[in-house]
Amino acid sequence: MRLIQKLGDWFDLRLQLGTPIRETAQHPVPRETASWFYVFGSAALTCFMLQVVTGILLALIYVPSAGEAWNSLQTLNHGISLGWFIRALHGWGSNFMVAIVLIHMVQVFLFGAYKFPRELTWIVGVLLLLVTLGMAFTGQIMRFDQDAYWGLGIGASIVSRVPLIGPWAVNLMLGGPIIAGATLSRFFALHVFVIPGLLIAFVGVHLLMVLKLGINEWPMPGRIVRRATYMQEYHELTHKQGVPFVPGAVGKDIVFSGFILLAIAACALYFGPFGPSGQPDPTIIQTAPRPDFFFLWLYALLSFLPPSAETPILLIGPAIGIIVLLALPFFAGEGEKSWKRRPIAVLTILLTAVALGTMTHLGQHTPWSPVMDAWSSEPIPSQYVHGRTALERQGALVFQAKQCHNCHSLDDRGGKRGPALDSVALRLNEDQLIRQVIQGGGNMPAYGKNLSPAETTALVAFLKTLHPATQAPARDASRAIALGAGQTTTGR
Amino acid sequence: MSEENGMSRRAMLVKLGIVLNGIVGAALAVPIVRFLLSPVTREKKFGYESWLSLGGLEQFPAGQTRLATYRNPVVNSWDGETGDIACWVRNVDDQTFQVFAINCAHLGCPVRWFPQSSLFMCPCHGGAYYQDGSRASGPPERGLFQYHYKIEDGKLLIKAGEMPTPGQPVANKAGGKTTCA
Repeated sequence: MRLIQKLGDWFDLRLQLGTPIRETAQHPVPRETASWFYVFGSAALTCFMLQVVTGILLALIYVPSAGEAWNSLQTLNHGISLGWFIRALHGWGSNFMVAIVLIHMVQVFLFGAYKFPRELTWIVGVLLLLVTLGMAFTGQIMRFDQDAYWGLGIGASIVSRVPLIGPWAVNLMLGGPIIAGATLSRFFALHVFVIPGLLIAFVGVHLLMVLKLGINEWPMPGRIVRRATYMQEYHELTHKQGVPFVPGAVGKDIVFSGFILLAIAACALYFGPFGPSGQPDPTIIQTAPRPDFFFLWLYALLSFLPPSAETPILLIGPAIGIIVLLALPFFAGEGEKSWKRRPIAVLTILLTAVALGTMTHLGQHTPWSPVMDAWSSEPIPSQYVHGRTALERQGALVFQAKQCHNCHSLDDRGGKRGPALDSVALRLNEDQLIRQVIQGGGNMPAYGKNLSPAETTALVAFLKTLHPATQAPARDASRAIALGAGQTTTGR
Repeated sequence: MSEENGMSRRAMLVKLGIVLNGIVGAALAVPIVRFLLSPVTREKKFGYESWLSLGGLEQFPAGQTRLATYRNPVVNSWDGETGDIACWVRNVDDQTFQVFAINCAHLGCPVRWFPQSSLFMCPCHGGAYYQDGSRASGPPERGLFQYHYKIEDGKLLIKAGEMPTPGQPVANKAGGKTTCA
């Protein structure tokens, strides 16, 4: 015991860190902030530290070369003892980190912590969100597989739309004319040196300000933030009723961080590492590239934006979003902190969450993409061919052979790109069906050049049978009159 | 007096130091920026594109659309399989050809050819193109990108070397040759 004490004293005489560390640890915080709502910041930091450790471990094996990266990932997965587990920890740690950073941000926003004097803490926090997302995106490219390759293609296509400098920016991003060795090398440099460096610097400033300005007090409805009085009020709150951070509040942080690490390890153990999927060989085109979970909403958005609005929204939208986040503390720097008195803040969060959730859900199911193999793998349900005429069955064959099934579902099987056709005969009469098939329109290609008159006749005959047994199909009422059969119709 | 002189000398030295570092910094910035911009300057100086062969014409029967691959003309030894690029070759009538880039004109995903329905379909966001490369449906704003081609000694040559992207003037020019469906 005495030896440890002596050793400690020897170091402290030289480092002189004992007193500042003790003061930092024991700085008073408002009593109510020793809460389970205040654990997300430290949990995000814990995730980051796990990422640093597992990242260094992966770098012992990983080869950042376009020709070798995929093989080295295979070696990590299968050839190195527990390499798969380290990859899984890094992948799941990344997912958890993004999620916890977002939760932390929501909590800080709802608790009004971005208000005076913590504006800069919030701004650095926004930068931390951006660099965290930057790590997630570049990390996805380190897993150099088909998804990474075509994901880079999507990134380059977006970058190319920047006015004036677009094509040059693509060359800069890719490090050359195509996605190749130089591309992976520069994304490796970003993922391993540049962005982590920024992340560490921002975390340092962020933490420093949390210490200097103190943890945001628990917001009470009616306790208004005013620039003139806030500092004094906060000082009283911490020094009269406060508790020392250690041991008063730190317990919950430690327990939650431990729980998060456990959850990451459990996910890594149970679900295993992410990919890699197929080799990054651009001549293998039987692939459906998909981004990682946290960018699925963006992937969905890209398929729903109208073509004419896509480029401006893609280029200006993110800039506006970031500016709004950065500017938030400047137009809402004072006033109520409690979310109970800030309905618009709560609605904003709910709306954002619902929008992102819906987009992510759509991104997982990609209803806008044709199901490329539905025409050969999804048969027409038997009830739609049972008891039909030869012509109608021929039409069902045309339906399969011309790959209508890739975009149109029958009995909920097949593509969702176009409308389901189970009751199409109720919506369109014969002439309208013929017109739609031949001319397309409403986002459907025209098949006029690709169908013989006989095929069109058969296909439309089949489509005319697609209606519920209890409902009559649509018909052109004027046609009967035009054909001279009107007498009997009106006579009735 | 001498102390004052000493102070001003020190201040002088600091100023000199700042100026010296400023000059050296500016001088070093030039090679650093040029190094960083090398992918752009390389393109402006030499260009990335060159004529390369897709193989004999017999591989591309008339009236059909076939996948062809080539090795990108600008590659490094460590590019591995990423240096191999695919494209779609349509032989219209043995005289006229169309060579389409594999990349969807929307966001660059690989389009697939479906001879049964005579459509190119993109797996990412559902873009579709007719057999002549013109836009059929979905989010793309334009038809497929096309390479310039020529036929020499019974071989099909295309001018390629750079990934086509929507913002590229070259790609737009080549794609502009697309005739309407």
